[in-house]
Amino acid sequence: MTDSVRELQVTPVPDTVDAPGLGFLPLAPGFSLPRLQIAAVLRDLGQRLLPWVLPVGLIALWQIASSQGWLSTRVLPAPSEVIKAAWTLSASGELWTHVKVSAGRALAGLAVGGGLGLAFGLLTGSVKFFETLLDSTIQMVRNIPALALIPLVILWFGIDETAKLFLIAVSVFFPIYINTFHGIRNVDPGLIEMGRTYGLTRWQLYREVILPGALSSILVGLRFSLGLMWVILIVAETISAQAGIGYLTMNAREFLQTDVVLVGILLYALLGKLADVFARGLERYWLRWHPGYQSAAA
Amino acid sequence: MLHPHISFESSQTYLAAESGRDIVRDAGPDTLPQAPPSSQERGVRLEIRGLSKRYGKRQVLQHTELVIAPGEFVAIVGRSGCGKSTLLRLVAGLEAATQGSIRLDGQDVSGLREDTRIMFQDSRLLPWRRVIDNVALGLPPGGHAAAADVLAQVGLADRQPDWPARLSGGQRQRVSLARALVHNPRLLLLDEPLGALDALTRIEMHQLIEELWQRSGFTALLVTHDVQEAVALADRVILIEDGRIALDERVRISRPRERSDPLFGQIEKKILDRVLQQPGEAISPSEPLWPNTPVHGVRWAV
Repeated sequence: MTDSVRELQVTPVPDTVDAPGLGFLPLAPGFSLPRLQIAAVLRDLGQRLLPWVLPVGLIALWQIASSQGWLSTRVLPAPSEVIKAAWTLSASGELWTHVKVSAGRALAGLAVGGGLGLAFGLLTGSVKFFETLLDSTIQMVRNIPALALIPLVILWFGIDETAKLFLIAVSVFFPIYINTFHGIRNVDPGLIEMGRTYGLTRWQLYREVILPGALSSILVGLRFSLGLMWVILIVAETISAQAGIGYLTMNAREFLQTDVVLVGILLYALLGKLADVFARGLERYWLRWHPGYQSAAA
Repeated sequence: MLHPHISFESSQTYLAAESGRDIVRDAGPDTLPQAPPSSQERGVRLEIRGLSKRYGKRQVLQHTELVIAPGEFVAIVGRSGCGKSTLLRLVAGLEAATQGSIRLDGQDVSGLREDTRIMFQDSRLLPWRRVIDNVALGLPPGGHAAAADVLAQVGLADRQPDWPARLSGGQRQRVSLARALVHNPRLLLLDEPLGALDALTRIEMHQLIEELWQRSGFTALLVTHDVQEAVALADRVILIEDGRIALDERVRISRPRERSDPLFGQIEKKILDRVLQQPGEAISPSEPLWPNTPVHGVRWAV
């Protein structure tokens, strides 16, 4: 469909042809819109707007319910109140300090746990000896939910930063480890054989064939880890903290500031979404050779 | 052994003179520099003596004897599982023989060699490398000029920056051929490289392979299940049955070969008849394989 639109665009229509009522559409000068294109633009617009209909409608309903007094502000403050709270918090700079602390914790945990997961995954995936040595142990430990470690972690590290870092690192380790391991194992043996017959050295083989072959799987692991990272962060921060989004919300709860609690919750959602967008961006760039990730722009 | 770029001219004179084959050849491109004939550009002499290969209890090859002259194009045909691919893998040095020896110009094959290149049935291009980088794989840095050169010879000069996923099956095999030839091999092993292609693309690829072989003069060993393909390309067609060489047929048809040539049909029929002497599961008795004799119209696959 887009192709036909493009074709239509390159056929110049003289300016003298009247195209009334089209002034509101952003068009290159000298081009006039055939009827077909208007329909296409409208359909495109509809497609873009459709996913927003439900959330916008729900928020509108919520706002109406609050302002009409059907919803108590203690249960759920109006969206406008939440926005106002967010505004005051960010204006005072308080919000950003908390976001910075939380994001810092999350990323540090991800760096430690994810880095170790990647390293161990590469090791066990590539060297049979390490697989035999490590894999069954790791698979066993993997089945312990990270949150079950909380009492132990508090005993070990107290309730300061190390405990939070440890919990996040432990929980992001496994998805990255497992997916790296499987990614390496699933590299097409035909490609490895080809690489050997074409005289690649061991290191070249690793860099040119094995790592890129495992990359899509590693990125899947990363996305799983990012999801887990936020979950664990929230739990860790609600246990005890002197700063961070969790601290912000728990503090607000004490003072019955429901609007600030909602700001915190929405912040988690936003940060989670940002992380996901980032991971997708990585996928789109690193896997751009893959037909499944090639956008229409290619 | 790696050459910055391939020069073909010199090998032609050598080929016609040395192997004594009646090759009809068109003149190569004049633009290439006239290099003196050097032994590096000639094909390698392949000598297989008493070669056996066993996987566990299964005997795949038994006391195979085969000598291939430098620059010769030999096709190996046979049913699935007859051991033809194993023979190729042994020659490539990908596997070790149970018994016997393989020699290239008198040197024992003990592992992978720089002057041997394989073209696989599935093109085995790296999907995450662009076409040009795939061809340049394993070349020293700065090999891109040579890669572009060979890519142009297989007719894909304009596909350099594309991802392999964007190519058709035939184009992928062309890239794969270019990747093999950029190393200027003295022995090219072709492991059913056209098995997955449609009939028209195959014929095009036959012409391309023949042309490049005639120009660069490497020794070629083609494994195929398609007798017609074997007759179209090879100087000699060898049939392997149950791990033994059952037939060694010389194809004396001038090149370029026409499938309508009566001699073509005769040779193809002779080989096919020999293959079909063995009871096979792939032939359905209800329909005649070739009604009213024009054998060249029949494709054979197991």
